[in-house]
Amino acid sequence: MAKPSNEAFFWMLFSAGGVVAAMLIPVQLFLFFIAFPLGWLQAPSYDYLLALARNPLVRIYLFILCSLPLFHWAHRFRYTLYDGLKVKHLTGLIFVLCYGGAVLGTVIAAYLLWTI
Amino acid sequence: MATVNEGTTKGTMNYTPFHPRWYRPHVSVYWWLGEWHYLKFILRELSSVAVAFFVIETLFMLSALHDGAEAYAHFQQVMRNPLMILLNVVSFLFVFFHTITWFNLAPSAMPIRMGGKRVPGALIAAPSYVAWVIVSAFVCWLVLR
Repeated sequence: MAKPSNEAFFWMLFSAGGVVAAMLIPVQLFLFFIAFPLGWLQAPSYDYLLALARNPLVRIYLFILCSLPLFHWAHRFRYTLYDGLKVKHLTGLIFVLCYGGAVLGTVIAAYLLWTI
Repeated sequence: MATVNEGTTKGTMNYTPFHPRWYRPHVSVYWWLGEWHYLKFILRELSSVAVAFFVIETLFMLSALHDGAEAYAHFQQVMRNPLMILLNVVSFLFVFFHTITWFNLAPSAMPIRMGGKRVPGALIAAPSYVAWVIVSAFVCWLVLR
């Protein structure tokens, strides 16, 4: 379980991830996972997207887009499990699973963006 | 109190000191279903699941881009599945809800005072909405040009 002194650090990650998620996810989700699959908008070509993803600034953007919102999720989801479902006795396990998942996602994002 | 000390010094506790029962009302696991405010709170917290789902999808998309044109075409085909569309529409509603509640929280999280008066909440939240529109428009331009 997190010591009280760590709480501020995790809250900062939660907060930063919340801003990134609020600003960027609606447009990203709408374009790539709703408008393009439904054909509402002409999807960009594979070559264009790959070239875009290889741009250094876009790589940083995509890394932030994937990483910080996962830490936002980890914070909210663990408190939802504690308070909503009242599973306080599994605090340690939930903490490890939530933040472990966020770290794993961050590592995968870093690997993919490094080698893309 | 004197009797308790006597008991402990002897090392044997052959009686039970009077202890009133704690007042702990039982709270149901579904405590958040009854009232709109509580439900809204839980829905807001659950929006984080949609956020995580989006990130996982994006990681799959990057992985497909990484693997080549054929893998990306397959990814696109999977995303056209009606079930995926439905999941993504629901996710979009949750993420949209997150955005609105997040921006509207700012005036409560950091109230600003000017000239001894509290700046109205709408004025503090407004720049976030303006930034949101600009950033979204920029992403659209970059992807669609």
